[in-house]
Amino acid sequence: MNIDLTINTDLARKILAGFIQSEITRVGYTRAVINLSGGLDSAVSCALAVEAIGAENVLALRLPYKSSSPDSLEHAQWVIDQFKVQSETIEITDMVEPLFRLDPEMSKSRRGNIMARARMIFLYDQSEVFKGLPVGTSNKTEILLGYTTMWGDMASAVNPIGDLYKTQVRQLAHALKIPQPIIDKPPSADLWAGQTDEGELGFTYEEVDRLLYLLVDRRYMREDCIKAGFQESFVDKVIERIRRSQFKRMMPPIAKLSNRTIGYDFLYLRDWGT
Amino acid sequence: MQLNLALAQIATKLGDVRSNLEKHLDYIKEAKAQKADLIVFPELSLTGYVLQDLVATVAHRPEDDDPVFGPLFKASQNLDIVVGFVDEDARHRFYIASAYLSGGKVLHIHHKVYLPTYALFDEGRFFSRGDSIRAFDTRFGRVGMLICEDFWHASPPYLLWMDGADILLLSSASPGRGVNRHDKLESAWWVENVNQSYANLFTSYVAHSNRVGYEDGLVFWGGATVFDPKGERIAHGPYFEEALTMASLDLNQIRRVRARLPLVRDERADLVHKELGRILSK
Repeated sequence: MNIDLTINTDLARKILAGFIQSEITRVGYTRAVINLSGGLDSAVSCALAVEAIGAENVLALRLPYKSSSPDSLEHAQWVIDQFKVQSETIEITDMVEPLFRLDPEMSKSRRGNIMARARMIFLYDQSEVFKGLPVGTSNKTEILLGYTTMWGDMASAVNPIGDLYKTQVRQLAHALKIPQPIIDKPPSADLWAGQTDEGELGFTYEEVDRLLYLLVDRRYMREDCIKAGFQESFVDKVIERIRRSQFKRMMPPIAKLSNRTIGYDFLYLRDWGT
Repeated sequence: MQLNLALAQIATKLGDVRSNLEKHLDYIKEAKAQKADLIVFPELSLTGYVLQDLVATVAHRPEDDDPVFGPLFKASQNLDIVVGFVDEDARHRFYIASAYLSGGKVLHIHHKVYLPTYALFDEGRFFSRGDSIRAFDTRFGRVGMLICEDFWHASPPYLLWMDGADILLLSSASPGRGVNRHDKLESAWWVENVNQSYANLFTSYVAHSNRVGYEDGLVFWGGATVFDPKGERIAHGPYFEEALTMASLDLNQIRRVRARLPLVRDERADLVHKELGRILSK
């Protein structure tokens, strides 16, 4: 079956740069802050922010932990050098180690969540210092699969790449001339040594993006996806992941008591009045 | 006869009618400087599009003492103006509306008949549906106005054609969607295709004014167009940017095309009426 995830990158760039520019200026800001991990997604968000508001208005943060891969730090520096954005490097080790010490049994995923949330704290703190709006780096694949830490790497004020699947972010990365090794390396949250997204998820982005595209964008039913050639167990696993992670894509529900309740019948866009 | 048409694809401030009015007056001034006879603004041009709970606070009546329409009436002494706004009737029902202003008066108001309430759209929750589709006479001939989803259905343009409209003025606040391998948004491709088809099918002028700018994550794509009665595109505004797109409509072109291709003459509306009657009586 022919599933075409190709995007016109010129068109996408134009829309997304305009979006960043519009959303930043409408809240009264002129600048942006981005956590630059050394990976593909944050490199693309950073490049789009540069297109939108200019390199001098973008602050890239490198926030390594002591066991982070040295490659991550170096790759982030490549992006900083290439796009000539401002940068800060702050070790999160001293911040997270005391928390890790509280429980010697702490699992890898708990430690990972703490690191992701520590980085969020720096992102929002530097937002205040630099007067820049935090720009998000979560793509559609990880948002749909819930492969993300709530209030951690997911946290941002504006997300330019959340409607692009990972394989589409890769296309955009080519167009934006992100250094090739960053595009080619296995995606990783780099929360512990040897971690890769595809290893943890149990499937490749190439595969799951095609399936997600049918399920979400084309509104295929489970049976249609199986007929289209996807393995039944894979389809079920992905559908269940999407369902179970719905909470990550929403603000916490508020229990309705009054006649007008935030989230249900108090409805305004964020751009209200601007 | 010549009609100098200006299509104003503006970005609006969501819910800030005063500020949007100022922009209208600027564009009207510019259009006048470029010798326009008629300027067409997009859907909900005075208010912005995703209004939700702002609907009741941005509604205005096109009356002389209205602080928003007053200046527009005055401006319409110089050139005709189509504006998009939220209309409120005496029973406090709210409509997505287009008003045609000329010589300081309202010539016609169209209430959007089809309110998309699916996918990203939620108009049916906040607005009342219009219940009439009428052409009306202007100093340039008989005109019909439709708003966005109205012309995603084939019947409203057809009815206006049968009601004598030779010029269709279409306005939209069309959120862009469908980025794929092509260099044009799927939504832009669709709208331009049907506009061209209407021009062909009805041997009429079809002008489309679509807004630009963003509202949260939605982008409005602009790309104003005018198709002549042969279906040829005679004007095209840029995508995504504010612009005043000028088009010179040679109204004698309608006669020339229809002398060759008498689709109006041969159209059997009585047959449509009869068969629809049969279909609906089932």
